[in-house]
Amino acid sequence: MEPFKQGENFRADVAHIGKSVLVKGELSGSEDLYLDGEVEGSIDLQEHSLTIGPHGRVRANVKARDIVVHGKVDGNIHGTERVELKRSAVLMGDISTQRIIIEDGAFFKGAIDIKKDAKPAAPAVKETPKAFAATASVSSTSTSDSGFAPQASLIQEKKY
Amino acid sequence: MASVTQNFFRLFRGEAAHNGEIANGHAEPRGNRRSSGLAEFTKLIAGQEGLCILDLGPTSPQNIAHLTGLGHRVYNEDVLLASMDPSFVAKNEDGTSSVNLENFLADNLKYNGQQFDAVLAWDIPDYLHETLVKAMIERISSVMKPGGVLLAFFHTKDAGPDAPYYRYHIAGKDSLDLQRGPQFRLQRVFNNRHIENLFRDYSNIKFFLARDNVREILVVR
Repeated sequence: MEPFKQGENFRADVAHIGKSVLVKGELSGSEDLYLDGEVEGSIDLQEHSLTIGPHGRVRANVKARDIVVHGKVDGNIHGTERVELKRSAVLMGDISTQRIIIEDGAFFKGAIDIKKDAKPAAPAVKETPKAFAATASVSSTSTSDSGFAPQASLIQEKKY
Repeated sequence: MASVTQNFFRLFRGEAAHNGEIANGHAEPRGNRRSSGLAEFTKLIAGQEGLCILDLGPTSPQNIAHLTGLGHRVYNEDVLLASMDPSFVAKNEDGTSSVNLENFLADNLKYNGQQFDAVLAWDIPDYLHETLVKAMIERISSVMKPGGVLLAFFHTKDAGPDAPYYRYHIAGKDSLDLQRGPQFRLQRVFNNRHIENLFRDYSNIKFFLARDNVREILVVR
């Protein structure tokens, strides 16, 4: 067996989905995620960050605290704090976030809604950390159904 | 189909997007021009928040930052690039190419109802395929709110067919940064009469003459 090679984007404290992996279904978790594979369905990382790598192909609505896109996303993105589109990014969908960074060269088709900083009156309840979990099948032949909560959108609702 | 689309985006992002150059470096030097049309446009959207603005040019971080900074919601759709998607283009028997209007409109400029307060069309109509120009203007009219404003630029006859295609970035209330884009070919030159006909469904049209070979217009839906 070949030893695992750590690429330049590898971080030991971040969950990784490699470029040969296809996930169909609902992907959720409570740790940071680096995604370089394909996802069809929905992604919800709540208070954690998601990086979609250069090989990442996402056909899903995405929700996370910070979202960095190098790859391709077809779906709406909700970054509660920050969304960053790198210059290799191709995004077809709406963005809603508090802060946005778009590099020159990124392709974007959709609406941008900047949410004003809203400090909650009471401190947010911290969820007990749980292991990264997904009600998703990880297989190239999977046929799991997927659903997601629709977001307000200027264009038609995206369904996968 | 997916791979064709990916290659298509790759083509128009230019070499810098995939040869590992330093991010954020603008490949082309930028020029700057004063724009009376933009000044008027800015005046009309000033003092209001939460307007819905459609930018039909290539994705411009500068425009998005400027408009969202004013508290507006921005929608970005690069219609010129979209119109060159090979899946819309067909070769005619005489060797010319045409764009399938039905397919193009099924995939682009699709919005629900009259939602836009303002539209930035830049000089897209000058570079767009003949088949799409009138249909695009009509489609835009149908998604603009009554009283909504549209800013567009048209080349004069002095600008030759090789007039460079620029990406427009809002630099201030009346100034634009110009960045050379892909070498799209100028398809035609509209005279004032053509422009008035093109926007005949709109309620008002205002022309601004500039020193370069560009006329600016501001139309009110």
